[in-house]
Amino acid sequence: MTKQTDFDKIEKRAKAGELCLRIVTYALLALWATIVLFPFYWMILTSVKSFSAYNAEYIPQFYTTSPTLANYTTAFTAVPLGQYFLNTLIFTVATTAIMMAVIIPAAYAFARLEFKGKNLLFTLFLSLMMIPNELVVITNYVTVTNLDMRNTFAGLILPSVMSVFYVYLLKENFAQIPDQLYYAAKVDGTSDFKYLFKVMIPMCKPTVITIIILKVIECWNSYVWPRLVTDDEAYYLVSNGIQTIRQSGFGRENIPAMMAAVVAISLPLIVLFLVFRKKIMAGVVRGGLKG
Amino acid sequence: MKVVLKNLTKKFPPINKKAAEGVTAVNNFTFEIPDGKLVGLLGPSGCGKSTALNLICGLLTPTSGKIFFGDDDVTELPPERRGVGLVFQNYALYPHLTVRQNIIFPLENLKGKDKLTKAQMNEKALEIAKLVQIDSLMDRKPGELSGGQQQRVAIARALVKMPRVLLLDEPLSNLDARLRLQTREEISRIQKETGITTVFVTHDQEEAMSISDIIVVMKDGVVQQVGKPQDVYDEPTNLFVAKFLGTPPINVFSGCVKDSKLYIGEDFVLDANGVSDREVYVGIRPEGFVLTESGKFNCELSRVEVMGRDISVVATNAHSENPTVRAIISAENKLDLAAKTVSFDLKPNKVFIFDKTTEERIK
Amino acid sequence: MKNNNLKAWLYLLPALIFLGVFMVYPLIDVFIYSFEEGYNFASQSYYGTGTYNYSYVLRDPYFLQALKNTFILVVITVPLSTCIALLISTGLASIKRLRNLFQTVYFLPYVTNTLAVGLVFMILFKKTEYSPGLVNAVIEAFGGVGIDFIDGPYWAKMFVLCFYTVWVVMPFKILILTSALCSVKQDYYNAAKIDGTSKFRIFRKITLPMISPMLFYLVITGFIGAFKAYSDAVALFGTDLNTAEMNTIVGYIYDMLYGEGGGYPSFASAAAIILFVIVLTITCVNLTVSKKHVHY
Repeated sequence: MTKQTDFDKIEKRAKAGELCLRIVTYALLALWATIVLFPFYWMILTSVKSFSAYNAEYIPQFYTTSPTLANYTTAFTAVPLGQYFLNTLIFTVATTAIMMAVIIPAAYAFARLEFKGKNLLFTLFLSLMMIPNELVVITNYVTVTNLDMRNTFAGLILPSVMSVFYVYLLKENFAQIPDQLYYAAKVDGTSDFKYLFKVMIPMCKPTVITIIILKVIECWNSYVWPRLVTDDEAYYLVSNGIQTIRQSGFGRENIPAMMAAVVAISLPLIVLFLVFRKKIMAGVVRGGLKG
Repeated sequence: MKVVLKNLTKKFPPINKKAAEGVTAVNNFTFEIPDGKLVGLLGPSGCGKSTALNLICGLLTPTSGKIFFGDDDVTELPPERRGVGLVFQNYALYPHLTVRQNIIFPLENLKGKDKLTKAQMNEKALEIAKLVQIDSLMDRKPGELSGGQQQRVAIARALVKMPRVLLLDEPLSNLDARLRLQTREEISRIQKETGITTVFVTHDQEEAMSISDIIVVMKDGVVQQVGKPQDVYDEPTNLFVAKFLGTPPINVFSGCVKDSKLYIGEDFVLDANGVSDREVYVGIRPEGFVLTESGKFNCELSRVEVMGRDISVVATNAHSENPTVRAIISAENKLDLAAKTVSFDLKPNKVFIFDKTTEERIK
Repeated sequence: MKNNNLKAWLYLLPALIFLGVFMVYPLIDVFIYSFEEGYNFASQSYYGTGTYNYSYVLRDPYFLQALKNTFILVVITVPLSTCIALLISTGLASIKRLRNLFQTVYFLPYVTNTLAVGLVFMILFKKTEYSPGLVNAVIEAFGGVGIDFIDGPYWAKMFVLCFYTVWVVMPFKILILTSALCSVKQDYYNAAKIDGTSKFRIFRKITLPMISPMLFYLVITGFIGAFKAYSDAVALFGTDLNTAEMNTIVGYIYDMLYGEGGGYPSFASAAAIILFVIVLTITCVNLTVSKKHVHY
């Protein structure tokens, strides 16, 4: 009988411990979630506070009773935010499209074709992955300046196109397609080109999409290179635009309008992320694990 | 379309620099496949049968020798110009395309005057799908099909452009036993209906024997014997062919011929007229034993396996090359299970004698 | 075969051109620049070759400031972010409910514009004449004394920079560690549980060794990333980082190349190569250490 109660006690104690641990875990996770989300909340909140209301607050308020969208109008009219968006869109789409056009054939050649010096070339390719961008940016800046390509889309886009890592990622994926499919297509008289587009790319669609999304994120947020090669506002991307807004502001430090611009800039990628959440996260994991 | 292979040889270069010599996968292969026949290329793995198939379809080019389809020399032609259909061991269906799209895929490659309209393609695809009885599955993806259905799709894809020759690489090896029986009948039926010269590769002798018009037994890149399945079974040219065909496999003993008499150990088993004295291997098919109380050939009885129609007598003999001797006799025979020894007479047409050194058959 | 060779090179051609022009050539060129003394950008001439650029950079107080800042940033953020990420991932891997929600939330900073969100951080930490800012308001509410984190004392600024850097690098680390933790086979845990191993011991003796390759990978990439810090600092303190005493090595390179008082590609190249050597050395040390400690 006494033994029975002992077991009960042990069980109870274990259960209590488990519960404690669980509570601590959730509390910790919730804390970090708050730290992550708070800046987002704050920027949205501030962006809907009216200019006068914001400036009247000595202690910032955690809510607003009279939300307004006026700041968004200011953000898009006082600075050419629309222009920055358009530029970024052109830059992102063109860079990503050219990159895909360049890396797909390269990955195909490494995965499927046999040619002399393949292994050596691929090793050289891989070793280029370790070269930091900072080393090559200097000469690229000089090259672009000498070619008179500053403040042009060509100057913005071309040096940002190539990514050795994505060639590697795609090649690994292509190489997983069984050889027999290739032979089957050969027997049917399929050209290499058609095989690439009709069989390989559709079969590797998840990877292709992942690469596109990752490149889009990278392009949308790129700051350093655009800053170097553009000093004409007509070619600013959103990152440079936001920096200009920060330096010169909207006249008298119009922080709500600034936050409206920040929200507008962040929104497209957040929406993209929420839509392709699984693909993006899986892609980052795969990219991370293989790199 | 008859297919003629003349002195076909394929050597692969050494894999690395350390291996001095390459491998000769197919050696001096000469053979004519008559029009409209179903031919089975048979041999253990690594015997060069798949290489031979790849040479015929053009994925590999021979080191020397010629290949003719009818009167056309196709040796140098790339696969797509030869008009062959190939079915792969694991089917190689495009996983992202539907059954219909898979079947149409080869048709989309046709150019010039052969070019087809979408409607014609669909019509052809449906026609072939009906032939292989998958017309109800046209909009499924390969991943949603069973192994047997995938196999049919692969065959349909190979047949849709009306190839001059149909090639199948181990067509049944990925199917389970029950489907295997069904599918091999199916292949035989489709081949007869279309009349297309068909070559298939297999390591399973039962499969080859059951549906082929002609079988080709290969070993180490060299053709051992060509003939109708029954002929090859009944008259093997050497020990390898005799051992390779038949289940349960043939029993092999070492024996000798003395004064035109064949001995296994002390037992004089058969007359061997016209054979000079020498050491031999004796091959006896399991069905070549006749249970006789005063039989000439004695073995130590191990056990009896009852199989219904037949019984299988498992015994041992000191001169057997295998651990056990297996005889298949009719279930009507009465056998004393307690007996230590069992005696047989032999059916002369089920006993083959092979030279001990060359392993060639002695007639 | 010849035909095949040609075709392969044709497929590779665009990639090779891009790599050649924008990676291989610049790589060689940056070394040449770094040894050309007194390079003039306008006339593209120089007077001589030597190591003057390196000695100039190494004596430049701005560079030394940047070097110091970068090292402080690395030493603080890499261990800190890895530890917090490990803690959070362990928590995340141990729960079932709300896991997806938390994971999604944690990943958000990865897809946001560093510059844009940096602005929010700046506003949160900044103290102006009109308002102490939210963070200071909280500090004062608890009886502390507010400081201007953006234009104030050095350590206050460094704190914000580190905080923001950790916030930015967290998503990647949490994601990688969580997936590493989830890929540890349940069998090991079950086996350990049957033996009556305590939770802490399971974590130390089973979980940690199993994910150690990933952990070291994160440390290595974390070092490399932290050494290249730049845009976080720009987001918080503006482009004139030298005045703010918050410059980083990469920032110094860009300032030398372009920006106020810029136009010295030779100095920039020398600084870039110094950075590269530092990163390479640290990575090699990391790899050697990890080889000793990663058991499979």
